[in-house]
Amino acid sequence: MDFVAPKIALSGIAPEIALAATALLVLLADAFIGDRPRTLRPEHGSARPGSGILGNRWHLPLLSLIGFGAAVYLALDAWDRVDATGATTQFSGMIAVDGFSVFVKITLAVFGALTILLGHEYLVRRDLEEGEFFALVLFSVAGMMLMASSADLIVTFLALETFSIALYVLVGYQRSRLDGQEAAMKYFLLGAFSSTFFLLGIALVFGATGSTNLYGEGGITSFLATTPAADLSLLVLGAGLLIVGLGFKVAAVPFHMWTPDAYQGAPSPVTGFMAAGSKLAGFAALLRLLDVVLFPLRWDWRPLVIGIAVVTMIVGSILAVVQDDIKRMLAYSSIAHAGFVFTAVIATNDRGISGALFYLATYGLTIVGAFAIVAVLGGPEERRTRVNDFRGLFAAHPLLAGILTLLMLSLAGVPITSGFVAKLVVFGAAVEAGYTWVVVVGAIASAIAAFFYLRILVVMYMVDAEVAEEPKAVMGPLSIGVIGLSAAATLVLGLFWSPLIELAEKATFFAGP
Amino acid sequence: MTSVSPEYFLALAGLMFTIGVVGALTRRNAIVIFMFIELMLNAVNLAFVTFSRMHGTVDGQVVVFFVLVVAAAEVVVGLAIIISIFRRRRSANVDDVNLLKW
Repeated sequence: MDFVAPKIALSGIAPEIALAATALLVLLADAFIGDRPRTLRPEHGSARPGSGILGNRWHLPLLSLIGFGAAVYLALDAWDRVDATGATTQFSGMIAVDGFSVFVKITLAVFGALTILLGHEYLVRRDLEEGEFFALVLFSVAGMMLMASSADLIVTFLALETFSIALYVLVGYQRSRLDGQEAAMKYFLLGAFSSTFFLLGIALVFGATGSTNLYGEGGITSFLATTPAADLSLLVLGAGLLIVGLGFKVAAVPFHMWTPDAYQGAPSPVTGFMAAGSKLAGFAALLRLLDVVLFPLRWDWRPLVIGIAVVTMIVGSILAVVQDDIKRMLAYSSIAHAGFVFTAVIATNDRGISGALFYLATYGLTIVGAFAIVAVLGGPEERRTRVNDFRGLFAAHPLLAGILTLLMLSLAGVPITSGFVAKLVVFGAAVEAGYTWVVVVGAIASAIAAFFYLRILVVMYMVDAEVAEEPKAVMGPLSIGVIGLSAAATLVLGLFWSPLIELAEKATFFAGP
Repeated sequence: MTSVSPEYFLALAGLMFTIGVVGALTRRNAIVIFMFIELMLNAVNLAFVTFSRMHGTVDGQVVVFFVLVVAAAEVVVGLAIIISIFRRRRSANVDDVNLLKW
């Protein structure tokens, strides 16, 4: 028997490899130059001399940022190649190298780098250990990137678990916080529960088609093309379970129960990262799966996804109104935003795919900034995150209040912000596909949602005599930089959106059989 | 040698998965819930192996290895989270963790 050496080209997953290698390096470096566990110190919890924000702890974040820079460089390199030769698959059809995956990877690297910057300052201020944090962020971004480029359901599952397991730990990172531990446990139990459904979906798809591969020879695409009028009920059932598993990750109703708890209990930089990154990764897998591979079955899955979209938009918006905690409110708002992106998924046209990419990129940049503001105002254990704690913010920090206003207006979808353009694009795609009524529901949900964003603004600007404790922002150069960047992106993309949309449109080509 | 029809294995897998779902939803101890989730994973493994035999390919059997590895990684993280909660609260009951609501 001849041994046929498999053809291995690493270029397709070079960004992921770079991130994983950097994560290992960070862990290794942490053992030598990182801080020792502070529990052994007598002065536990107190800031130590010489540990300024950019003091003696800059090695690990710098290393992590270099990792993200390398990932972006390698992704751009892959873009040049697919631009010249067209989309391909690698690793015997396990990895898709196409414009879509490159776009998602670069966006994810940006989110990850912003999280590193925020996380560094957050952890130094609270005197928490850093090495594991950076390594976990790097690992989870690697998993998210793999989600976007997987061309086999098993790779999708592994990627999903890679980023989820890292996020379970990150959510409970601040172990002194009881609510953080609780959030981690809830997120973990529900996440593990939902990923078994995702896995069962893979099993049923495998049972129906005899393959877990999306594009390859005998894969799902070619099965759908060559087996007309076969009994597809098992495949449709499997696809439904895949939607359940991914719907959990993007926080779609009715799989959203973990979202408010995990968002509230997690450290705010992690919350922002979850809102931006895991939504993008989940939707990347959903878009590839539904709008490309299962496109021939669209009449079967579309009713389910329309139902999810409508319920998600309405429930997310309504429950956000009654929230008293700003992190929970932003969590429900992120649920509503998942619903808006779903309207682009059901459009199943190129405009929908590029619109969803644009939406997720702009939403991520906005929400990272919003949670950065929550982090700098929240205090050491993030106890000051109630809406009323923002009372008098304008008087205390006018510029910060102004930026928060901009971000909230963007989340609400008010013109001259990126959120408005993004909503316009996804709703436009759905109208083009003939789902005007879904867009009408979305518009109603946006109107409801505007109420609670405005509530924060009212509280913030209210000149109130009985301010119990004035909001106090504790921020260093890194937080200021990230918040400023997020605000700039929100404003600039609201005014000059066409370059990013054109990039997203250029990115909507997929590897094929 | 007579062989058992694969449908029986699928039925067993379905039964195990259902028991896992019901158990995970009704039990109150985090560790027991986690055990039921593991049962669900193993039910899916059985389904993979059975489908693999029905199709005459080894793909499904290879998948099982990946699932086992992922499940092991999940156990490590999950038990660590549950233990860290237990150390603070002296309880692994999911009804006791109720700081975060609505």
